Formats: sequence, structure tokens, C-alpha cells
Amino acid sequence: MVRLTDVERSLIRDVWDKVNTDEVGPEIISRILIVYPWTERHFGTFGDIFTITAILQNSRVSNHGKVVLQALDRAVKNMDNIKLMFQGLSRMHFEKLNVDPESFRLLADCITIAMACKLRSAMNPEVQAAWQKFLYSVVDAMNKQYH
Amino acid sequence: MSILAAREDTEKSENSNSRDFLLLDAMLSKKEKKLIREIWERLTPVAEHIGSDALLRMFASYPGTKTYFAHLDISPGSTHLFNHGKKIVMAIAEGAHNISDLMSTLAPLQILHAYQLRIDPTNFKLFSHCMLVTLAVYLGDEFTAVAHAAMDKYLSAFAAVLAEKYR
Repeated sequence: MVRLTDVERSLIRDVWDKVNTDEVGPEIISRILIVYPWTERHFGTFGDIFTITAILQNSRVSNHGKVVLQALDRAVKNMDNIKLMFQGLSRMHFEKLNVDPESFRLLADCITIAMACKLRSAMNPEVQAAWQKFLYSVVDAMNKQYH
Repeated sequence: MSILAAREDTEKSENSNSRDFLLLDAMLSKKEKKLIREIWERLTPVAEHIGSDALLRMFASYPGTKTYFAHLDISPGSTHLFNHGKKIVMAIAEGAHNISDLMSTLAPLQILHAYQLRIDPTNFKLFSHCMLVTLAVYLGDEFTAVAHAAMDKYLSAFAAVLAEKYR
């Protein structure tokens, strides 16, 4: 169980407050598909995700990004309950969607970078460290129901 | 120097040079190589800021990496940090200048990392990620998904070449 200090919690809430999920949401899935193209394996039902132009224009890609950030928003508001919160999602991603959990780590890194592009110097080293500690605990929770 | 002689395998290095040259050439398109070269050319005037920023991020997020720097003052703003950051960025920029030649450009650094520094290569991944965050902060929206992909591929290739003589 990851223990976040009061300072870290405050940094995480502050940086998350600055995120416009309508702006960053579409970025995160398009980034993972463009930077790590093998992850397209998980998006068979999303239509055309096979060229950069198609990915950037795909509405299912942008919507899924927003869905992921909505889940993160709930996690930020429930930092003590992350493992429990993501139990159902973890099980679903394992049993139904067959997602390689390494993809969660790749997506986490894409989220941080997408946020850094928008927030610029607000994503300083201390903020990045706290934010990543939180995000990796979400990744960890998403791994928990794999067996 | 006896370790050097024992590990040296001229046959292997001759074959792998041509194989890796083809691999590197295939990984990045002409467009991507140009993009990477241009970005690093823009960053060399601020090499110490870019380099020290990436290092600070790595030390903050992955404290285990600090174990390689016990002999330096790595506090924010220190001369050691700026100098070391500059060294790293200049090496990355030099490699970016002619990516097809990465093997020969990095040959001295390969020896340094394998026999002297012996940095566990997992740390190259951690540093690369932090460098990507630094670039995102510095370049903002200009650091598009396409630029991100190209840069990630380049830094992965750079790290792989750096670790090539480890064993």
C-alpha cells in the first residue's frame, strides 16, 4: 500500500486541478497509440487507428482518453482507497479485455508527458515525483486482479 | 585492461556493427531523424538547463539513481549538476547530428559506461522518460505525439548502443 505524505497529496491535488480533461483526455490515448503502436491490439473495436491522421481524428480514441481521466479524477478524490476503487476495472481489463498490464505503465507515462506539455513549468521535478507516485499506485491497483 | 582484452570479441563487433547500423536506420524515418536533429540543435545552447532538469526529475522520481552520484553535489543549481547535465545533453545532441553513425559516435562512451561507470541499463530507461518530460515542459504543444514517438525511439536506441559492450 503506497503511503502518500500530506505534502505529496497537496501537490497531486494542485496539479490535477490544473488539468483540463477535455484537452488532455484526447492526447493520452493518441499518444500511446502513436508512441507504442503495438497497443493498438487493445482497441480492435475503435475503427481506423492505423495511421497517425486516423488516430488523431478518431472520436473513440479521444472519448476513451476522457473516460480514463474521469477514473483518475475519482482516484485523486479517494487517494486512500485506490486498490478497492480499481478492483472492478482491473478484473475487467484482465478477464474481458486481455490487456497486458505493461500497457498501464506505458499509458501512465504518456499521461504524465501529455500533462507536462500543457502545464509546462507547473510540472516541476517535485510535482512530477508526487504525481508519478500516485499514478504508479493506480497502475499497481490495475495489476491486482491479474492472476 | 585485462578485463577489456577478455571481453573483446572482434568478430562479434564487426558483425553487430553492420547489423545494428541497419537496425538503427530502419527504426527511424528520414523525417524523424530530421526532427530529432533539429530539436537537439535548438537545445544545445541551453544544454546545462535541459540536462540538469532531466537529472533533477530522475533523482526526485527514482531516488535509487542517486546512488551513482555520491561523488557529486547534485543539489538544484549546483555547478556539478549543470556540468553533468550539459555533458549528457551534448552527447545526445552529437548522436542526433548523425544518427546512422551512432555506433561509432558512442564508441568511447560505450567503453566508459561498460567498464568504468557500470550503470545498470534499467536506469537509462528512467533517465530517458525524465528527459521526455523535460522536453514536454520545454517545448509544450510542439512536443506532439509524433515528436514524442521519434524522440522515444531515438533515446531507446541511444541507450541500447550505450549498453552494447556491457556483456
